[in-house]
Amino acid sequence: MSGFQKKSSLLKESNIPGPHGALTLDRISVSYRRRVALQDISGSFQPGSLTAVVGPNGGGKSTLLKAVLGLVPTESGKIICDHFNHRDIAYLPQQSEIDRLFPLTVGDVVGLGLCYQEGFFRRIGLRSYKRIARALKEVGMTRCFNRSLHTLSGGQFQRVLFARLSLQQAPVILLDEPFAAVDSYTIDDLIQIILGWQKQGRTIVVVSHDMDLVREFFPETLLLVNKCLAWGKTSEVATLENFRLAKRLFRDRECQDVELNVSSGQQKV
Amino acid sequence: MYDYFVAPYESYLFLKRALVACFALSMGCAPVGVLLVLRRMSLMGDALSHSIMPGVAVGYLIAGLSLPVMGLGGIVAGLIVAFLATMVTRYTQLQEDASFVGFYLIALSTGTVIISLKGSNIDLTHILFGTILGVNGASLVLVASITTISLLVLAIVYRPLILECFDPTFMRSIGGHGSFYHVLFMGLVVLNMVAAFQALGILMALGMMMLPAVAARFWAREIWGLFSVAFFVALFSGYFGLLISYHYTLPSGPSIILVSGALYIVSLFVGPYGSLRQKLFSS
Repeated sequence: MSGFQKKSSLLKESNIPGPHGALTLDRISVSYRRRVALQDISGSFQPGSLTAVVGPNGGGKSTLLKAVLGLVPTESGKIICDHFNHRDIAYLPQQSEIDRLFPLTVGDVVGLGLCYQEGFFRRIGLRSYKRIARALKEVGMTRCFNRSLHTLSGGQFQRVLFARLSLQQAPVILLDEPFAAVDSYTIDDLIQIILGWQKQGRTIVVVSHDMDLVREFFPETLLLVNKCLAWGKTSEVATLENFRLAKRLFRDRECQDVELNVSSGQQKV
Repeated sequence: MYDYFVAPYESYLFLKRALVACFALSMGCAPVGVLLVLRRMSLMGDALSHSIMPGVAVGYLIAGLSLPVMGLGGIVAGLIVAFLATMVTRYTQLQEDASFVGFYLIALSTGTVIISLKGSNIDLTHILFGTILGVNGASLVLVASITTISLLVLAIVYRPLILECFDPTFMRSIGGHGSFYHVLFMGLVVLNMVAAFQALGILMALGMMMLPAVAARFWAREIWGLFSVAFFVALFSGYFGLLISYHYTLPSGPSIILVSGALYIVSLFVGPYGSLRQKLFSS
């Protein structure tokens, strides 16, 4: 509990994640290489909610996050940010997308999180150093300021990225598989950090495969198989019937793709 | 000792100029090369180095074997190719390396054809392999200005540039104008390539940039360390390369690159980080 008290004092100092509205998706469709990745997704992430996005691989979970951020173009539909700037969405990509051998120190990487608020050209003063140190403390990496990135384990690297994320002070946070390739001890800590962020009133969306975690910690769930299969309370979404339905839909889709490929191949010949 | 290592630089003005040119080149090319390696764009650098050829050729048509004029032509050609290739990558399905390869082959062949319209094979050899011993006052000024400009620009945009290299997705998610810094960096690569061309010729220009940078990877773990190691490797190769070329009457460009190549091989075996020695001892 003491950890949370510290975090709320941090909140008072830094006033960015203040009151904000919902993040609403209005009939979002995304195609990737002529294949429909997302179809007519509608709904909203309520302010201060903690939502898990689940579904099969290739079901469009990562694509949904990237579409919200504007990293992949949407074919149709709108993303509505109520009372916050679209740039105020913080994002944790899948770990495999970052070069872990890059010659930077832990402090450098976490400090880069300040670039959003302070721009690129400001001097890094004592205040910034203190903020970086505090963010590192929050994720349990107190004495790692000068450690090289390549010496970190997968879990430690994830903690560092969490520290960078928390320095961004964003009201909305999207995490893409933060628990993949991370040991269970670290997962516990990461969950506590996420819950702490939620207590500060931030809106959080997490892509995850771990259904036990989702059931235990996430109040809301979005089940995604290229379209929105169910979205609501986890107890109502994460049911056996829904998962069977998801599995069947996904298999049908794969079959359709194969048929499509075969027929288009014949046309070419 | 003194006669071998110092006296040649004392007695010959052209060697002195060449050494100063190498010094300036090392300062400019080392950091740019390190960033190219970190961005995994080493091959792109290769493509860019060839793409300055048509501009160099046009400069040659206008003013003969004058390094500054050819250099300015090279800057224009290089920037045009970099711009076109970037646009093709952005608006078509081609990846960056593929689109660069397409343009640089066109550029290289165009340049060679233009030179052969007027010049001899000897001129072509000079352009391809460099005439560092013919570096004159004007081209020294050009090389030094390019180094000054690129060091200043690098110092100013250091942070966003590193972030764009390290985590472009994060850069985009905070709206950091990553592609602006990318284009700016490509401009610096072209400028330094032209500076290196003055001394080393088109085919060797990249050597001054890449070999010290890849050698540095085995000696340092942080960016400032990479920069400084790469700088000293480049400087050392310039100094000894010129000496070797003077004492044994070898062409200067390839001598310089061979020295840094040797340093690279040595680093590959004995460097403290990720070298072969480490692999053998750890297993």
